Amino acid sequence: MAEHLRFRDPDLAKRIVDKIRETAPKTDVVKICHVCGTHEWTITHYGLRSLLPPTVEVIAGPGCPVCVTPASEVDEAVALALKGVTVTCFGDVLRVPGSEKSLLDAKAEGADVRVVYSIMDAVRMAKREPGREFAFFAIGFETTAPSTAIEVLRKPPKNLSFLVSHRLIPPAMELLLGIGDLHIDGFIAPGHVSTVIGLKAYEVFPKAYRMPTVVAGFEPLDVLFAIYMILRQIKEGTARLENEYVRAVSWEGNLKAQEVMCKAFNVVDGEWRGLGKLPFSRFTLKEDYAVYDAREKFRVRISRGKDLLPGCQCHLVMIGKIKPTQCPLFMKACTPQKPVGACMVSIEGTCRIWAKSSMV
Amino acid sequence: MRAMCLAIPAKVVKIQNGKAEVDFGEGILREVDVSLVEVKVDDYVLVHAGYAIQVLSREEAEETLRLWRELLEAESSLQPR
Repeated sequence: MAEHLRFRDPDLAKRIVDKIRETAPKTDVVKICHVCGTHEWTITHYGLRSLLPPTVEVIAGPGCPVCVTPASEVDEAVALALKGVTVTCFGDVLRVPGSEKSLLDAKAEGADVRVVYSIMDAVRMAKREPGREFAFFAIGFETTAPSTAIEVLRKPPKNLSFLVSHRLIPPAMELLLGIGDLHIDGFIAPGHVSTVIGLKAYEVFPKAYRMPTVVAGFEPLDVLFAIYMILRQIKEGTARLENEYVRAVSWEGNLKAQEVMCKAFNVVDGEWRGLGKLPFSRFTLKEDYAVYDAREKFRVRISRGKDLLPGCQCHLVMIGKIKPTQCPLFMKACTPQKPVGACMVSIEGTCRIWAKSSMV
Repeated sequence: MRAMCLAIPAKVVKIQNGKAEVDFGEGILREVDVSLVEVKVDDYVLVHAGYAIQVLSREEAEETLRLWRELLEAESSLQPR
């Protein structure tokens, strides 16, 4: 079998599904929550939910960094763009709604908004055009934050500043456990965030919350094995932290990446779209790097925005409380072509993934 | 199209001053930053938005397959819930 196909072996899939059926509870329903848009994509794209017995439900938590960015921070980016600063951002940030406008709306009004593949491209642009002010809208979880940190520490050109809107995953998982009627029985932790922060970042979940937690990779088999590992813990009545993604995730994670994040950022309380303020869930630039802080440099600081348009249920979809199909706007007023909520905009948003996979 | 949590494996072809040329397969070559990881030519790295965030080794890939086998072969000695 070709090397990469060993990770998609249908015979293995069949055997692990049998194991899942054998281990799943017979009557009580268990709810397993993941917190990663890419996990949702794997689960939906490969139809994994259809392989699970009716007593195993897999829900999607707030794992889409673009979706959780509050309108107020999009408003800050829009304000920068309308002030004449060239705003650079990742592709799926462009259409995320602010209170009134998205960056795409600002661009349509003549503002200079440019999509980049990497923060490196933003640095290159700023060097190439020294007469122009640039701001990079830094969105993403711990997978993306090290790249922002490293460029800040490298002392980029003076005409480049950063609108840092990075969020942290473990506080979002703690939020889910605080929601009384959500009743989660286990966590699938996000593989690529974990390559950076390591297994150790999740130790609290089995220890303090008695929550089975398994870090998983992104092949369909990775997710199926993680589900089985959680079901096995539930059946044993134990809660452990386990690593399914051994080929990429270690206990310590990427120490170099953690070190640069530690040097460049403070961890502060942060707003999440529609979910309110989560303690210690957001990175901001340290005072030493204030000169690169776009909020300071251009005096844009917006603390409140309109996160949800009337009827939009993104806040409930994001915590797995409802399925996209339970939102009254889904595929009616809100479609991938004309999204209303952030979950339909981003390619990691649950609504968009469901819409694109014809889950309707 | 890119997803923010997604990292793509690629093979390191050349290294120069903290940057490396990597091969994503099928001839797609790109320069990525490798200053967050310790790599050498022929290593596989996980690349996220232009930065290598982790090194993947063949041994660890085998380790996944071994873990899967072990899980499948483990006898269910557990009592039904």
